[in-house]
Amino acid sequence: MTSTAFLQYCLAGISIGGIYALIAIGYTMVYGILRLINFAHGDIFMMAAYFMIFAMVDFMLPWYVSIGIVLAATVLLGVVIERVAYKPLRSAPRMSIMISAIGVSYLLQNLATYLFSALPKGYPSIGFLTKTIQLGSISTSVVTFITPILTLVFVFLLMQLINHTKIGMAMRAVSKDFETSQLMGIKINRVISFTFVIGCFLAAVGSILYFTPRPSVYPLVGSLPGTKCFIAAVFGGIGSIPGAMLGGFVIGLSETFIKAAGYSEFSDVFTFILLIVVLLFKPTGLFGEKITEKV
Amino acid sequence: MSEKKTILNVKDVTMQFGGVVAVNNLTLKVREGEIVSLIGPNGAGKTTAFNVITGVYAPTNGEVRFHDKTIISNYPKGKMEKLYAGENKGVYKKSIEPTPDKITKMGIARTFQNIRLFKELTVLENVLIAKHMRMKANIFADTFRLNWKEEQKMKEDSLELLKILDLYEVKDEIASSLPYGKQRHLEIARALATEPSLLLLDEPAAGLNPQETDELTAFIRDIRDKFKLTIFMIEHHMNLVMDISDWIYVIDFGKQIANGTPAEIQNDQRVIDAYLGVADDE
Amino acid sequence: MTEQKKQKLSIMLSIIGVAVLAAALFGVYATTSNTAMLRTVLQLGAIYALVAVSMNLLNGFTGLFSLGQAGFMALGAYVFAIFTIPAAQRPGVYYLYGVADWLANIELPIVLALVVAGLVCALMAGLIGAPVLRLKSDYFAIATLGFAEIVRIVVGSSPLNRITNGSLGLKLIPKFPNFFFPFIVVAVCIFIVWLLINSSYGRAFKAIREDEIAAEAMGINLAKHKQMSFIISSFFAGVGGALMAMYMGAITSTTFNVTLTYNILLIVVIGGMGSLTGSIISSFLVIAAREWWLRFLDQPLIIAGIQIPLFKTGFRMVVFSVILMVVVLFFRKGIMGTREFNWNFLLKRLEKKEAGSTGGEGNE
Repeated sequence: MTSTAFLQYCLAGISIGGIYALIAIGYTMVYGILRLINFAHGDIFMMAAYFMIFAMVDFMLPWYVSIGIVLAATVLLGVVIERVAYKPLRSAPRMSIMISAIGVSYLLQNLATYLFSALPKGYPSIGFLTKTIQLGSISTSVVTFITPILTLVFVFLLMQLINHTKIGMAMRAVSKDFETSQLMGIKINRVISFTFVIGCFLAAVGSILYFTPRPSVYPLVGSLPGTKCFIAAVFGGIGSIPGAMLGGFVIGLSETFIKAAGYSEFSDVFTFILLIVVLLFKPTGLFGEKITEKV
Repeated sequence: MSEKKTILNVKDVTMQFGGVVAVNNLTLKVREGEIVSLIGPNGAGKTTAFNVITGVYAPTNGEVRFHDKTIISNYPKGKMEKLYAGENKGVYKKSIEPTPDKITKMGIARTFQNIRLFKELTVLENVLIAKHMRMKANIFADTFRLNWKEEQKMKEDSLELLKILDLYEVKDEIASSLPYGKQRHLEIARALATEPSLLLLDEPAAGLNPQETDELTAFIRDIRDKFKLTIFMIEHHMNLVMDISDWIYVIDFGKQIANGTPAEIQNDQRVIDAYLGVADDE
Repeated sequence: MTEQKKQKLSIMLSIIGVAVLAAALFGVYATTSNTAMLRTVLQLGAIYALVAVSMNLLNGFTGLFSLGQAGFMALGAYVFAIFTIPAAQRPGVYYLYGVADWLANIELPIVLALVVAGLVCALMAGLIGAPVLRLKSDYFAIATLGFAEIVRIVVGSSPLNRITNGSLGLKLIPKFPNFFFPFIVVAVCIFIVWLLINSSYGRAFKAIREDEIAAEAMGINLAKHKQMSFIISSFFAGVGGALMAMYMGAITSTTFNVTLTYNILLIVVIGGMGSLTGSIISSFLVIAAREWWLRFLDQPLIIAGIQIPLFKTGFRMVVFSVILMVVVLFFRKGIMGTREFNWNFLLKRLEKKEAGSTGGEGNE
């Protein structure tokens, strides 16, 4: 491998890793607060792509308006899902709420098939993002280049929000102890909604960055990246935002290099093996906290 | 009293969670056929001590002997090696950490502070489950009922037990539908079905009304005699404890502060100090 | 009525019930053609019933939320197909890559191959069970999901071209030898599961579901019992996968994706987690609705010359997902909850009528 090619792969890996990180944050935050694997998160990511097609292709809106619409619609979708499918099950057994999440995922996939057909649809190209730029010896598209930067910016902002604002403090409190924070007067439902707002916002950003360099969207497109991002969250230690980011980058990079080495068939297998290995040897991930059950 | 055989011997047990020492160098003995109580203010580490004896937690240091056999033993290792804040470091060198089911098999049964019945199952099923571990048949023989005689005997024994404990009438009821007092009885019945020689009761009177509490005294004595048990219990209810115990251990902040007969304990200044402002039971 | 008399009566009623069902099945066989929708629905329903029961054994009876069913089905289906595609036709099936030498002439009888398919899955479950079962609820779910994906990808990957035919999949898998074959296999399997859950080991599984800590305190070895449940469930999932391969005649690795697991989960949830009869009833209902009764939802509907909107391809599955969500949110116990269909309930009803007064209460 030449050094140029190596750098090229590094950039590609970091870029896809950044997208994974953005989605993984959604998983990790929801899990941190509700102890729920939001199986529908990958499908929210998919729906965001269709919103974009809707706005730019069907309604022919300019890209800057469309991005706004995509972000707003995705966030709204996430909040509605939480209200309708998760909130009524707050006191139900863990298994019920997990089944509900799977049900939402199933519903979104079927809904997308129904509304947009199972055939792949072209993703609109956002002019300036697809331009090629030259960075030293590597040439790359703008989107590949700005993705990791955007990721870092968002993670930084999010950390500020969580560590230095009132709502951030409430979120930390709720994730530590659901019931006590309720007793302390924290409006649990607001905090949970806010968590979904952030998670879905980042998923929408991730969606735009993910699909811009890719040709098409189809109803099941969110399922695999969704699972991978969940794995990224587990890898970093579920509940930890820097962990999710790190997990995203690790998976993005290793996937890219496995593909580069000619084993693209097995890049996903690697991710799943990584999951199982992490779960077996360090179930709390790199930065996760240990939770013990009281007897 | 000393001529009786010691059945349970807890030696220098320390249980440390991270930096918090929940049980500190606890040593106590339970003699065969006696009813021994473990008392102490809330958060003193009583339930933790039970959890160590029953294998839920492996102690950080110390050992537990049962019928003169070391069943649990541990020493600070791994991360704990540095963190360990207890005493008697280096005395114990073996690490024996059986899971709770192994302990139960050896003959130590327990009940829980916050009743843990198999809620959706019937009373009879609850007891039958406790008999399962003594079953000799493997899963194939059992599935195809090649052991129907054994199964039949299990059922007969369980029904017999329910009769003795006055639960026969409700044998087909769902456990969670029973009144609270009956649920406590069922938990004890279930523990007895494991054929223990030592029974640990974690706050058996919690949540009972005064009349039920009075009845409990007779009930505990009764099962001790009928099933030739030794009983070790945690209880907050001082009338019950003073009335029923042959020997009492008092712990506070994880450390034993006194032990003796009920009369001795009642007059012990350290115990009174520990309880001041805490005990409002009586 | 005394206990014993009741038991005898319910055994008798059960035998009559089975006889009636068998007669009905024979009636279907005698009066319908080979391609009748009813036949398809019954056969597919039976296969799903087995797979749903196997999932229920884990999820509903042992309280282990597994999402690996499709993986074990894939394994069972492929093992079955590999050993049963007629040797003479293998060169045609493996036309692109050729067939592995050791495999070229092994051909097993169907029933034996079904057992082998199950055993391979059981073995696999035994291997991955010990580590994976240590994980807590949702981590276990995601690990089994990951396992299923690994199986699916590996089975369809190029290094296995000469065994599994890679991404081309396998075809010319023997069909059911006769109409009744799947029903007999499924009935036998479900009967074994029924025996199991009513045995002492079955009670131990339920104890684990109800309260792990209490179960362990009652002397139940959690690791061992979870492992047994996982292995047995996987065995039957494998047999189910093999039956599915027979039913379809041709398989590829994409047949066994996550959506298949979700479909089975849907059946289990609608029927009731922890109820065998619930899973069976729900399988037939769901398959009949999906493949037959609700087909019209996918067709344009024209009433009085006006085309009703909504009705087009894909609407059926949307309706289905909505049903699932309604069940999950409002009827969490599904059709049966953790109850089983039993005659005592009917008998009590009858008794009540005879006595015409207050009598006992409904059977749980």
